[in-house]
Amino acid sequence: MHKLFLIGFLLCASFIQAQESLSGKVLDEQNQPLPGASIYWKGTSVNTVSGNDGTFTIPYNSDNTHLIVSYIGYITDTIVIQSPQTISHKMIIEKNNELSEVVVDKTRKSLERSQLKTANVTTMGSKELLKAACCNIAESFETNPSIDVNFTDALTGTKQIKMLGLTSPYLLIAEENIPSIRGASQAYGLSFVPGTWVESIQITKGAGSVVNGYESISGQINYELLKPVNDLPFFLNAYGDTGSRFELNTHFNKKVSDKWSSSLFLHGNARVSKNDMNDDGFLDNPVGKQFNIMNRWQYTDAEKGWVSFLNFRYMRDEKQGGQVDFDPDTDKFTTNNWGSEINTDKADVSAKLGYVFPDMPYQSIGLQTAFNWHKQDSYFGFNQYNIEQKSLYSNLIFNSIITNTLNKFATGVNFTYDDYNEYVFVNQFNGFNGNKYDRIDNSAGAFFEYTYDNAANFSAVLGGRVDVHNRLGTFFTPRMHLRYNPWKSATIRASAGRGKRAANIFAENQALFGSSRMLQPVTNGGSGKIYGLDPEIAWNYGVSFVQNVPLFGKNAEFVVDFYRTDFSKQVVVDLYASPQQALFYNLHGKSYANSLQLEFNLEITHHINVRTAYKYYDIKTDFASTGNQERPLQAKNRFFANFAYESHVHEGGGQWKFDTTYNLMGKQRLPYTGSNPAEYQMGDYSPSFSLFNAQVTRSFSSVFEMYAGGENIGNYQQKKAILGADDPFGAYFDSSIVYAPIFGQMYYVGLRFKIK
Amino acid sequence: MNKLMIMLLIAFVGLTAQAQEKKSKNAKYDVEVNGNCDQCKKRIEKAAYGVKGVKSAVWSEETKNLHLIVDESKCSVDDVHAAVAKAGHDTGKLKADDKDYDNLHSCCQYSRS
Repeated sequence: MHKLFLIGFLLCASFIQAQESLSGKVLDEQNQPLPGASIYWKGTSVNTVSGNDGTFTIPYNSDNTHLIVSYIGYITDTIVIQSPQTISHKMIIEKNNELSEVVVDKTRKSLERSQLKTANVTTMGSKELLKAACCNIAESFETNPSIDVNFTDALTGTKQIKMLGLTSPYLLIAEENIPSIRGASQAYGLSFVPGTWVESIQITKGAGSVVNGYESISGQINYELLKPVNDLPFFLNAYGDTGSRFELNTHFNKKVSDKWSSSLFLHGNARVSKNDMNDDGFLDNPVGKQFNIMNRWQYTDAEKGWVSFLNFRYMRDEKQGGQVDFDPDTDKFTTNNWGSEINTDKADVSAKLGYVFPDMPYQSIGLQTAFNWHKQDSYFGFNQYNIEQKSLYSNLIFNSIITNTLNKFATGVNFTYDDYNEYVFVNQFNGFNGNKYDRIDNSAGAFFEYTYDNAANFSAVLGGRVDVHNRLGTFFTPRMHLRYNPWKSATIRASAGRGKRAANIFAENQALFGSSRMLQPVTNGGSGKIYGLDPEIAWNYGVSFVQNVPLFGKNAEFVVDFYRTDFSKQVVVDLYASPQQALFYNLHGKSYANSLQLEFNLEITHHINVRTAYKYYDIKTDFASTGNQERPLQAKNRFFANFAYESHVHEGGGQWKFDTTYNLMGKQRLPYTGSNPAEYQMGDYSPSFSLFNAQVTRSFSSVFEMYAGGENIGNYQQKKAILGADDPFGAYFDSSIVYAPIFGQMYYVGLRFKIK
Repeated sequence: MNKLMIMLLIAFVGLTAQAQEKKSKNAKYDVEVNGNCDQCKKRIEKAAYGVKGVKSAVWSEETKNLHLIVDESKCSVDDVHAAVAKAGHDTGKLKADDKDYDNLHSCCQYSRS
């Protein structure tokens, strides 16, 4: 039909031409034909465009005298026409519009906070991720002020992340939008994702989107893995540190056909020798090894609008901690030496299929499915903990618009199935006890999320979902985000939302196994469907304000944000009742977390960036034992500063990069140890301390670089990291009260090599 | 001469009518729109979205191209030209009235002939 129309039009045109017309040719400054120039009669809508050879023909009648010829980047000319003769016109480049001369010299920031996104999202790009040379994504957050990285215990060397003062179980951590760190993998899951596999990380503060589920409370972290379609053919990363930890990452990528590409990621790490820097007879970090392999396939057919991913992964991780002399073959489950082993196997298969309607780029359908199997066998002295989880996750999402792209929506359904088999052998009220906790959780839900954007200064996301869960019941999860730009370079955001989750008390608090505490779930009312306890429910509200201003001619950014999380139901982990107990019970009373963050960032030159942040946390819970108290192991005040310098990139890719991070941690409330004998007490508060990390990267070319750095350069170490280290089978043993690094200074070197 | 004009008119209208029968709900157009800044982008896109039937409107400052997806059963691309011109921005087809152009914020007064 279009063709017909065109033929008709041409026909008409030729008729008109039969009347009277003006033809001519448009030339550029070098007398070459200029196609695509726009030509019209002034004051009319009679117009044409010059053809490939620069020629044009336009209907003429004697009323039209002024012919206007224009082309982007050239001075628009008006030609006075007296009679319909063939004309030849030369265009002149507009002097103040040297389009091709402008070099856009804006380097992409490594941390990006969008002015247009509705939710408070920070994107960490690959540049930012490289600042943490080692090793897995838990460590990637050390240069990010919104996330606090802590050690969980003195045995496993595990780093735990917190957002808004709440630990990772209250965050929804997703791999390419499929929830990944949950259930059994909660404690060590982040260390099972090698940092080099990750392309970018998106951090959403506060209530997240409903699309990915109902579990997020204080925020969402999504990490995107490298995409086979634009990955490098080969990448190698090797790392070694003074803690005798070695890592090797190799990536292979192949474009199999014009539509299929595949990547193979291999990761291995090992800590080969035993270290005891603080002479307490215990290893500062576990010895062990990890092998991690992933194969990704990507299918892309841009023309038809199909994209698909297929992932296969297997991981095996082994850790051995405890006393230096511990030998698992002879000492396991004896009092010869105290030791611990944690062995984890993990296998994942996931598939994604996306279809974008070719003539409607704003409309798409996506299907995500993931199956994963996670098995951990572990013991800590006489305590044993085994967990096996089989999960199936499936999400179908439809994205489209209502009348126009200012009104978008996403809707869909998802399904989750989790089969948990746990074996917990710990000291309880009635002595050492082996308990099996087997449960199957399944849920099905439907969501709808509407996004309004006025394409200027306001946007809103309103979402809701209804889920039917065999243990959590049937419930509604509302979430809301607003964004408003009141004036230039300023953004105000607000969010509110509800989250609900089942607390996997043992999997999430594995650090407590490394103690002689009794671990006891206490049923105190409620429906008691999960370890006899209730699901956790919380509301999160937040506001944030960002202002970008030029300060002394430099780009500066001020950020203030305040978030509050209010628990209406929570599983309280009580470490205040007695140093020999850890009690889990349903919250009776209040529990909240307030977090205030002030941030000031300054781009001194294109090459020098400074980020500073002050964080204030007020996190209190009504404990059954001691009433309203600060939650333990959380600093009330924190200060963060990061300084980054990058030299100019020389021809061939040579470059220097320096990065330093400073963290000041205020005093932290400690779990109660007051009833222990004096030598096994730690006091009510930890001292405040600071940590200093630095890194230098030297790129020799665009394909080869080396880096070296130091962590905890100030060599701050927690004294008495392990309580009762001299008597690990006694009543006062506790390796879970960790507020600072155990390991002192640590230095590392590494290299990255690429084939492009 | 007049007869020819009438014939032409009839032929043209007839063709247009025929073309109307099967109008694309997702017709894509690229329209040249003059402007020079981020504020212009917001104004141009807002003007385009103001036309009922415009499903997507994205203007690029770099290429001066307004990419449109319109439901042709509800509007024509000429309506968008008119709306954008009314907002003060010259399009490849239609020049804005000087009055509307003068109403633009001084920083948005892109160079025109």
